[in-house]
Amino acid sequence: MNRPASLEAPPGALARFFAGDVWHSFTHSPVAIVSALLVLLCAVSALFAPWLSPHDPFDLATLDLANSRLPPAWMPEGKASFMLGTDDQGRDILSALMYGARISLLVALAAVLASVVLGVGLGLLSGFVGGRLDAFIMRVCDVMLSFPAILVALLIDGVGRAMFPNAHESLAFAVLILAIALTGWVKYARTVRGTTMVERQKEYVQAARVIGVPSARIMRRHVLPNVLGPVLVLATIDVAQAVIIEATLSFLGVGVPPTSPSLGTLIRVGNDFLFSGEWWITVFPGAMLMLIALSVNLLGDWLRDALNPRLQ
Amino acid sequence: MLAFILRRLVQALAVMLVVAFIAFMLFQYVGDPVTNLLGQDATVEQRDMLRRDLGLDQPFFVQFAAFVGNALQGEFGMSLRQGQKVSTLILERLPATLELSLVAAVIALVVGIPLGVYAALRRGKLLAQTLMGLSLLGVSLPTFLIGILLILVFAVLLKWLPSFGRGDTVTLFGATSRWTTGLLTADGWKHMVLPAITLSIYQLALIMRLVRAEMLEVLRTDFIKFARARGLSNRAVYFGHALKNTLVPVMTITGLQLGGLIAFAIITETVFQWPGMGFLFIQAVQFADIPVMAAYLCLISLIFVIINLGVDLLYFAVDPRLRIERPGPAH
Amino acid sequence: MTMSQPLLQVRNLRVEFPNRHGTLLALDDISFDIAPGEILGVVGESGAGKSLTGAAIIGLLEPPGRVAGGQILLDGRRIDKLDADQMRQVRGRQIGAVFQDPLTSLNPLYTVGRQLIETIQTHLPLDARQARERAIDLLRQTGIPAPEARIAQYPHQFSGGMRQRVVIALALAAEPRLVVADEPTTALDVSIQAQIIALLRRLARDKGAAVMLITHDMGVIAETCDRVAVMYAGRIVEMGPVRDVIHQPAHPYTQGLMGSIPAMDEDRARLLQIDGAMPRLTAIPSGCAFNPRCPRVFDRCRAERPELLPATATLAACWLHAAMAEGAP
Repeated sequence: MNRPASLEAPPGALARFFAGDVWHSFTHSPVAIVSALLVLLCAVSALFAPWLSPHDPFDLATLDLANSRLPPAWMPEGKASFMLGTDDQGRDILSALMYGARISLLVALAAVLASVVLGVGLGLLSGFVGGRLDAFIMRVCDVMLSFPAILVALLIDGVGRAMFPNAHESLAFAVLILAIALTGWVKYARTVRGTTMVERQKEYVQAARVIGVPSARIMRRHVLPNVLGPVLVLATIDVAQAVIIEATLSFLGVGVPPTSPSLGTLIRVGNDFLFSGEWWITVFPGAMLMLIALSVNLLGDWLRDALNPRLQ
Repeated sequence: MLAFILRRLVQALAVMLVVAFIAFMLFQYVGDPVTNLLGQDATVEQRDMLRRDLGLDQPFFVQFAAFVGNALQGEFGMSLRQGQKVSTLILERLPATLELSLVAAVIALVVGIPLGVYAALRRGKLLAQTLMGLSLLGVSLPTFLIGILLILVFAVLLKWLPSFGRGDTVTLFGATSRWTTGLLTADGWKHMVLPAITLSIYQLALIMRLVRAEMLEVLRTDFIKFARARGLSNRAVYFGHALKNTLVPVMTITGLQLGGLIAFAIITETVFQWPGMGFLFIQAVQFADIPVMAAYLCLISLIFVIINLGVDLLYFAVDPRLRIERPGPAH
Repeated sequence: MTMSQPLLQVRNLRVEFPNRHGTLLALDDISFDIAPGEILGVVGESGAGKSLTGAAIIGLLEPPGRVAGGQILLDGRRIDKLDADQMRQVRGRQIGAVFQDPLTSLNPLYTVGRQLIETIQTHLPLDARQARERAIDLLRQTGIPAPEARIAQYPHQFSGGMRQRVVIALALAAEPRLVVADEPTTALDVSIQAQIIALLRRLARDKGAAVMLITHDMGVIAETCDRVAVMYAGRIVEMGPVRDVIHQPAHPYTQGLMGSIPAMDEDRARLLQIDGAMPRLTAIPSGCAFNPRCPRVFDRCRAERPELLPATATLAACWLHAAMAEGAP
């Protein structure tokens, strides 16, 4: 006996992903390829910094004040072993920024992951259960959306500091990651809720419910694959935003603990040397930050256009 | 229409209550409320007296009501860091932030909207694509970095513009008022240029992208097709029909965004050491100065709620579909 | 048949859509005429190319679509090669257009009056007062009651049928000689459809405008048109006076179409269908496009593409009638 077509679950978005159009448009778009490569480059050099960087900026034994305040290698007083110059303590800027990027990326990725889990979870719940729970969650979303991300992050961070004044380093990181995560979950919740509500009406879901398939399984098997595409796009652009928020918080002095400087911290420290002419201490970490944010944004932009069925 | 306004007012009040609640929780349970109110140099007797006066043994709701009552009068206690009344501090800094935000908002709108329209109409051309690329840069660069770059170029290298502070200000509304303005002095304007541009760039880029995207959508609609089919001139089609239909949804989103400027000012003020509320707030966060944080939260929420309300009303005024309460007679 | 010069002449029109897979030929060698004051119906299934033909004539093909060959002449003057500004002057003044969905055809933010007056003043040298009077008059002619009051209302304040009347008024505002109506009644209730069609017909007759009525509804064609062209897979397969095409269809596709329409006075057990489906533009068979589905197919059909040949009372693109053409005395 044939099952009517409407009772078959549609193929998940992930399965369609590599099947044609998206991959094709990727390989044909120079912007996408370049930005993906840049992202890869930044990610690899950052995540593998301990092994790839020329010096270890945190090893006090290797620092020599005689090497301090050196300009980049291509300028008259620069040295080849310190490609991008050194700061006032003799730390190699290139190594510092690789380590800094590592911290920035790790914090951002952790925050986005937390954000996605929270947002997708709440969205599924909201869309599937409906009713008052849904209304409440949506209200919360509305209120949170009307506040800029940086404000929410600052508040949570500030409260965290007030509550735990002499926090251990990992607690400080946890508060930071939580603060950033709480700024971004709303868009996932909304998107997933929308899709969940649409899927919930479909016949194959109603049929599954009648048979007695547990809701969790329905949500996982049928709804999730359909939201992966949009969530992926949002998450990609979100990583860039998370990097920027973390950098901003660190620049303002309320981000990562000073013992683990991220790019934002480096920029803040370097800012003090702008007027004395040692611009490289702040400009290179700044450029790295810009590179990461820009390439991730470009990738996210391309991804959104590629996954948009209307532009085909 | 009246029902609509009432409903929105009620919603606004609900939001403010929630915010007040959060601020109250901060005040009471994060750190010590007595210290929050008296500052850190109070004696034991003063503290005990205040504890009784405050009725810290009173039920929760009574304390909350007292807090709200105080808040409505602008009374938030003493800053832990500065030892002054919070309300004084905020009032001193408010004009600086408002002026900066206003100028930045004007820049963002006056430059962003036309560029967005241009990028939509001349889609595919080199200049339009360059503009879109720049706008991507604008939303990718963190505000503080833009500020630093501008300082590097214009203050350090070229030495054209100052890099911190507000410059000469003039006191308005009589000598005893706290409202100072930098808009009336040339020096004030010189100091305003870099911070205002820095603050406006993110919004400008966002507005440009939004206007472009919306305009492209509108240009694909049937009524634009029909307008062309009627032989209307390009000017009539683009600037008469397409622009108006673009600006209506854009306007509401933009209004909300511009409210965010006041919050974004936190960063800009820090970079340029602009003596505004944002700078105050950052110092409060660094120092865990709860009263200031709570007060800032309430004030910002109030501003946002007012802007939201204003934008809703604006939408109402501009879109005729929302105005009519019953549909026309059916034939 | 009158011997006056046709108002619209379409000759060998080809429209193609280049995309990354290649170039799709959407309209393949379309030729027809419309005489002044005549109502020509263009009928066919979805995707047959009817709307594209209309779009090509008014010069509003959506990119990347483009006219790849052939000519379109209005009053003997070529209009397919005009530049943007010249074409703009033709639109509205010489050729008016009515589209399918009246709700989305009108700008929701402007009053009906403003949209009318704007159109009138674009093409006719009238001042504001005269334009307003003319707008009110147009609304009255299209059967909208109390036009003086309704001219200040917004589109969402009109019902569907009323909105389409406004759209027709807009299309006729500058007194065009030809109106291209693309599915003007499809989005309306059945009860309203008849009214709108009657209105269109009456106005066309009164103003002496020719109409190109594009639709998939044979009933509408039968009621309204003088002649009809049947389209299939981007080609015209039959063309002729409406009575003849309906009662003496010469092309097997048209025969199938007519046969599938249930008649009130017939007693039939099941609906007749044509087997198969219209081919996609990427997979048009060689020779006659209809040959895979044709009950009377023979070898020549698969090899050569037939032109419009004279059949009994109509022109049909079918090799069955080759004998007649070749054997004409």
